[in-house]
Amino acid sequence: MAENDYALEVNDLTVAYEHEPVLWDIDLDVPSGVIMAIVGPNGAGKTTLIKAILGLIEPAAGQVLIFDQPYNEQRHLVGYVPQRRSVDWDFPTTVEDVVMMGLYGQLGWIKRPTRHHRAITHEALEKVGIVNLADRQISQLSGGQQQRVFLARALVQDAQVYFMDEPFQGVDATTERAIVTLLQELRQQGKTIIVVHHDLQTVTEYFDWVTLLNVRKIASGPVEWTFTAENLRETYGGRVSFLKSQPEMMQPGQEQ
Amino acid sequence: MTMLQFEIQLIAATTAIACSLVGVFLVLRRIAMASDAISHTVVLGIVIAFFLVRDLNSPLLIISAAATGVVTFVFVELLTKTELVKEDAAIGLVFPALFSIAVILISRYATGVHLDIDSVLLGELAFAPFSRFSLFGVDIGPNALVVMSIITVINLVFIILLYKELKLSTFDAGLAATLGFMPGILHYALISLVSITAVGAFEAVGSILVVALMIGPPATAYLLTDRLPTMLGLSAILGVVSAVSGYWVAHLLDSSIAGSMATMVGVLFLVTFLFAPNRGVIALIRRRKRQKWDFAKKMLVIHLLNHEGKPDYAYESRVDHMHEEMSWKPEFARQVVNRAVNSKWIDRKNGRVDLTEKGRQIAHQTMES
Repeated sequence: MAENDYALEVNDLTVAYEHEPVLWDIDLDVPSGVIMAIVGPNGAGKTTLIKAILGLIEPAAGQVLIFDQPYNEQRHLVGYVPQRRSVDWDFPTTVEDVVMMGLYGQLGWIKRPTRHHRAITHEALEKVGIVNLADRQISQLSGGQQQRVFLARALVQDAQVYFMDEPFQGVDATTERAIVTLLQELRQQGKTIIVVHHDLQTVTEYFDWVTLLNVRKIASGPVEWTFTAENLRETYGGRVSFLKSQPEMMQPGQEQ
Repeated sequence: MTMLQFEIQLIAATTAIACSLVGVFLVLRRIAMASDAISHTVVLGIVIAFFLVRDLNSPLLIISAAATGVVTFVFVELLTKTELVKEDAAIGLVFPALFSIAVILISRYATGVHLDIDSVLLGELAFAPFSRFSLFGVDIGPNALVVMSIITVINLVFIILLYKELKLSTFDAGLAATLGFMPGILHYALISLVSITAVGAFEAVGSILVVALMIGPPATAYLLTDRLPTMLGLSAILGVVSAVSGYWVAHLLDSSIAGSMATMVGVLFLVTFLFAPNRGVIALIRRRKRQKWDFAKKMLVIHLLNHEGKPDYAYESRVDHMHEEMSWKPEFARQVVNRAVNSKWIDRKNGRVDLTEKGRQIAHQTMES
């Protein structure tokens, strides 16, 4: 594969908080047009990895390239869907307004959104199936609806590479299916999607690429070669003994 | 109303607008206590600048005070980053330290100058109109009014121009950062404005009222609306109402003006806290009660639906047995039945109840959702 086919390249990324190293020397090559899961046990550094890639946490060392160029120059190509719980849902604003925030990057400083931007926003709301909630105060949303708002916000960014932090966390089955369909649509458009994921049972079904992480990178590659019992055992330290027969063992629980 | 009285109210009202506008973002960012910290630590900036220029009216005082506000939060951030102290504790450590340095400096080197601690805490609004501002020999108005008007305009322009950026970085700093909006710089810009506002305001109204005006009206407005622009407008209005009504309360009781204004801020909050249409305590209690009855009625119709058409139905649907079936208190069961009958969810006949079509539908809907 030629070098510039990689949507994301991470070289020797190390992140440390004062005392403890959180991520050791991560190398990743993610080809464009895949949906990739980042899986690993609690405290493995999954969220930290995407935050470090996005420059929200300063890494101790390492380099991040998006389509062969440093992240800082390619920022406009990147969309970010943080964990749902990372924001205050009692903030005095509406669904439409939150989704429109995804367009602020294109708008730049000081300029205000116009009717054109409202149209884009409504289109995205329609895609995630909550256009009827456009004027709703965000505190009145269910968990699944909140996640859809965040996805609509990512859609309007029209990014090439998306980073999503646990989009399936605490959503209902209908929303989960809707999200999966949406991710597949995005992939068809050639976008690359990197998802922090918890539910090992759905990895083979939802994703075509996977990175197994536990402070260091255990393995990364196409699901069919990488998502093996051996790699999982190494990642989860023997707690995942068998993949299909003991599903309850494969839910490492919830982060934080 | 004399000109003097009018001017006092105008100064207070302008101060209230300036304070409540920046206060909205402090409240939403959950750093309301920043106003308390800053309104104290800016004194250090004023003292230091005063020692340099020996002039209480120099604009350098405001710049130096704003810088101290920023320094306060740099220290807070550094302390928090060690992960040995939480942010609120860090604020509580930094601000008394800086403020006490200011107090020591004033008491040691600046006695006799108009820089005493009382006027810092309480201000003296009653005397504010006597210090006049004139341009080319023409009297423009009280000094404090000119200063506060300028600060209000600065705050307004800042919020209007950077409204979208402030909103985004307050709601989701992570996204703001990835979109290149530098939430850290916006944070310090806001802290600088809070500092400038505190400096300008504390001379007129004292630091206690500064805190009250920065936090009270936004906290009140927050209970009344769920739109940010409305919250900003409402905060400004509530600030002005507190200032003007506080003045007349002080006039009536012949008491401290700043104290009465701060009290009115509290009164407005309390009234809203109790009576706000959706988020007030009373509305909340009412809603909980309604939910309680609603839930009980739903349990009743589901119970009836489960037994409908079964041999024990005649027994299970008897009104005087309902409390045993549902293990409710007899009085409560009677009320639930009455309310369900009133809502036409059930019909009562011969000491028994039957589901209506509506009741049956509700029971199905409830179980499905």
